Amino acid sequence: MPEQTATRVLTCIQCGKCTGGCPESGKTPFNVRMLMRKTQFKSDIEESLPWYCTSCGACTIRCPRDVKPSEVVIELRAKLVEDGDIPLALQKALENTFVQKNPWGRSRNKRADWLEKLDFEVPHVSGTESKRLLFVCCIQAYDPRCMVIPVNVARLLKAGGMEFGVLGEEEACCGNEIRRIGESGLFEELQEENLGSFTEYGVQEIIALSPHCMNALKKEYGDTGIKVVHYTEVLAKMIAEGSLSFPGSFEKKVIYHDPCFLGKQNGIFDEPRAILKAVPGLELLEFSRSRETSLCCEGGGGRMFFEVESVYQRNAEVRVIDAGKRGAEIIAAACPFCVMTLEDPATEKGLVVKELSEILMEVL
Amino acid sequence: MDHSDKNVLVVGGGIGGITAALELASCGIKVTMLESGPSIGGRMIQLDKTFPTLDCSTCTLSPKMVEVALNHNIDLMSVSQITHMTRKGPGFLVGIKKNPRYVDQDKCTACGSCAEACVMKGRVPHEFNMLLGKRAAIYIPFPQAIPQKYLVDPERCLFVSRGKCKKACMDACETGAINFDDTGEEFEMYFDSIVLAPGFDVYDPTEKQELGYGTLPGVVTGLEFERICSVTGPTAGDILLDGKEPKRFYFIQCVGSRDRQSGARYCSRVCCMYTAKHACIVRERIKDAEIYISYIDVRAYGKGYDEFYKTTQENGALYIRGIPGEVVEGDGCLIVRVEDMLSGEMREIEADMVVLATGVRPRKTTGVLCDILSIDRDEYGFIKVDAVTPSLTNADGIFVCGMGSGPKDVPDTVASGGEAASRCMEYIAKGAGS
Repeated sequence: MPEQTATRVLTCIQCGKCTGGCPESGKTPFNVRMLMRKTQFKSDIEESLPWYCTSCGACTIRCPRDVKPSEVVIELRAKLVEDGDIPLALQKALENTFVQKNPWGRSRNKRADWLEKLDFEVPHVSGTESKRLLFVCCIQAYDPRCMVIPVNVARLLKAGGMEFGVLGEEEACCGNEIRRIGESGLFEELQEENLGSFTEYGVQEIIALSPHCMNALKKEYGDTGIKVVHYTEVLAKMIAEGSLSFPGSFEKKVIYHDPCFLGKQNGIFDEPRAILKAVPGLELLEFSRSRETSLCCEGGGGRMFFEVESVYQRNAEVRVIDAGKRGAEIIAAACPFCVMTLEDPATEKGLVVKELSEILMEVL
Repeated sequence: MDHSDKNVLVVGGGIGGITAALELASCGIKVTMLESGPSIGGRMIQLDKTFPTLDCSTCTLSPKMVEVALNHNIDLMSVSQITHMTRKGPGFLVGIKKNPRYVDQDKCTACGSCAEACVMKGRVPHEFNMLLGKRAAIYIPFPQAIPQKYLVDPERCLFVSRGKCKKACMDACETGAINFDDTGEEFEMYFDSIVLAPGFDVYDPTEKQELGYGTLPGVVTGLEFERICSVTGPTAGDILLDGKEPKRFYFIQCVGSRDRQSGARYCSRVCCMYTAKHACIVRERIKDAEIYISYIDVRAYGKGYDEFYKTTQENGALYIRGIPGEVVEGDGCLIVRVEDMLSGEMREIEADMVVLATGVRPRKTTGVLCDILSIDRDEYGFIKVDAVTPSLTNADGIFVCGMGSGPKDVPDTVASGGEAASRCMEYIAKGAGS
């Protein structure tokens, strides 16, 4: 890939399409088009700049010359990582991932602790007939706010009559954010470790909880032959087939926020909406910027692990204001990063953020 | 040399095909012009004006269309297509299918009573107006159509499609021209040579979701805007959006051209100039309009083009170097997010109407046509031609002109029509000599 992007960047015609759709351009010093220009000329690039990128992928999806600007940014980061010139918090996240296989540095032994919250046993994937793996990954395994997601999804899958297993402590970080921070070596290690487990236990299918993990497993692990889906795809199918339904009622106005890694980058727009529409009483609203033009929450590309200067208005805040204008009571997202970034400004403005599975648990 | 025993088939009745047909006919050659649609005129007749002179497109083209109709050496077959072809010596035996028009061409006086009476009146999306207006199931595509005759749309006519209708058109027609028993014709004809002028389609920008075409009201394609401006269009030439006059216009260049994402790396050659033309039309009709044009680089390569571009700027169209990333919904307007690269500023510009300068694509039917005739096409689907003889295809005796072989503006298409005609005559003369 590096050689390909190197040639591609030379074909950049500086049309500005990337900056026009970038969630960071304008309000921050980050100008992705300018970075492409400077890369063409191998000019010096101010070290703080590449870290603004949220890896939302809009530039890469839309670039008429297929320059893949967000990939070029990853290369710029890689150089900084190599030289050790990166924000301390990111340095820490990389070290943690190297040691504990999660960016927060929590003990690997505790990776399966969320299972204790269930009133039924989830087998190790090797003990399943289907060899279907629920890939939990770091934020859902450790973060107190997001730990509820695997618990909910496990219950929902069980309610829908689907067999699945987990890897427990053997699971390592998917590496999606790690690759985007520019540590491709560490990404490859994680990939190897996970692929080793998948092969050893004959994994046939993976259900990912976070769109970020789904993206890495589906598109960046090479040709594994394993079917990778996001949990919303599974639930939408169950609902359509009638194996999962919701007896309860949820009389709220809910606005759905498309996560970049689920929507823009992987084309999953309809499934989460279909699920929300299947909830009795729920009124589904849309942002002015939805689907392909959904505004990035700024939680991706390593931005979960460090803070950029906060003098700029957060996109999450813009999002919450829009949700309020549209009359929403609840913002639903199907991504743990989106939930985390949206929650602060939402709480400030009296709105509630729920991960999609949280709404479903209230009506199951 | 007398060529009166020679027959040439011209496929396509746009400005390229018309030029070739008229030139061949003027040399005494018998021309059969095959047009798949209900009228000749092609894309050019859909245009309001032509650049850089801002001449009325219809005024330039319709005399030529009438000439085709009146020329004794030209036999015009509308709603017709090629079904098969076999080579016969230097010539071609071609199967032709004339689809039924359900209206007797000799009896129809184009009075329009039938369309007035049609129960589908105002209910069928009008192709000629890029589906913006509505017509009846019996119709004439536009007032200057050639043949100047009505026809029935078999898919939308209730009687033809479902066998059930009170047939008010038949009662309304004073000459008894409507004939629902018309089954069309299929036959074979011999031709000494063939000229292809299949024309082009406009890129459908629906897949570029970030630009809002199809989802945001007020986002239109270049050709749709052309119809909105045209006096024969859905708004009779008033630039209106939902009945209101827009004040803020944003034109975006290179939509579906020079673009790997949509599989077209080529420049469509007409968009820069047609956008400048659109800006001029807007400025002329809406004096206080705000006009923005986003561009990558303005390709004003033809005679008088650069001057035209400068005049457009002088008239107050603001050219912005930078292609917008997104068009999003604003407060009662559209918001265009763009980096104004020359000032380095990110701008969010409010607009009432966003016109996408959509590029060109080979006409969808070109593939089928080329398969029948064993003609090679390039990676994009345009007809492959010889580098120094730009009308020469891989098949001996078959020539191409206009957009069929790649993007061209009107002057280039006219020139290529002439080139194809002269190569065609050369081929015929060689055959006659041997």
